[in-house]
Amino acid sequence: MSERTPGFYLSILVGGLIFGFGLGYSHMARPEVVLDFLQLEDLGLLFVMGGAAVVSGVVFALATNFLEDAPLTGEQYVRRVKSFDRNVVVGGVVFGAGWGLSGICPGAAYASVGIGNWPILWAVAGMFIGAYAQGRLRSRLTDANAGPTTAD
Amino acid sequence: MIGAEFFPNGIARYLIGGLLIGSGAAFIYLATGIIAGASTFLESTLSYVSRVPQFNKFPFVSTRDWRVVFTVGIVLGGAVYAVFWQGGAWTTDVQWWRLFLGGILVGVGTRLGKGCTSGHGVCGVGSLSGTSIVNVATFMAVAIGTAQLVQALGVSP
Repeated sequence: MSERTPGFYLSILVGGLIFGFGLGYSHMARPEVVLDFLQLEDLGLLFVMGGAAVVSGVVFALATNFLEDAPLTGEQYVRRVKSFDRNVVVGGVVFGAGWGLSGICPGAAYASVGIGNWPILWAVAGMFIGAYAQGRLRSRLTDANAGPTTAD
Repeated sequence: MIGAEFFPNGIARYLIGGLLIGSGAAFIYLATGIIAGASTFLESTLSYVSRVPQFNKFPFVSTRDWRVVFTVGIVLGGAVYAVFWQGGAWTTDVQWWRLFLGGILVGVGTRLGKGCTSGHGVCGVGSLSGTSIVNVATFMAVAIGTAQLVQALGVSP
């Protein structure tokens, strides 16, 4: 891994800013709009996710085929491909239940803080608690699998 | 007009917003080769304050600094939108317990499922990853079912 320069962090900040502005502009940072979509009353969110995926898809395809390494890190351009296992489905079910109950997902929640939506801090707190709980559980399961000496 | 029934607010703001979201991810990707998802921030940030081994794995500790910067950028982007387009702050009417319980499930689910609406939904689907497509199809179906159920139970907003 190469040295991380101020330019690296500036690029991440600017990219995040565009990303967050898009979440505000699309109204996806408003739980009500997401819930309207999930209740099939306003299908506009299809264009949010579709539009975003098309841009990233085109850029990924062009970069992986035609560009050399990334200028600020020297990293190779790759696609986002994660291995499949049962957790992908179980996680999808749990995430879906939470998204359907609250209308909030991680990126949209951060942008929602930015638009002054202070009640969203309930959701942000919940997300950290949920992530912490699954991390604790996973660490314990890993310990238990490591051998009888570490099982509690 | 056929579209009006399903798109009461038109499509322009959704499409433009979506293109901007994709552009933000694409900008980071082109500059750094990093595929940015929003949910790993939860685990990587916990590594600052927790000794639980799960959070202190290399992929989290080695990326936690830029993930904080990315999230600060997202918050600032939302703030720029609020100040210059929305004309001030906006707050939700969705009840606090829905946000809190939903947040807990989202926190568990994204970490178990290896990504969220940005990681799987935008970058994974953009990569034509079968894993991401299965995850998105699963959470979409469950989310629609959940939202319908909550509505049917008379919970509003």
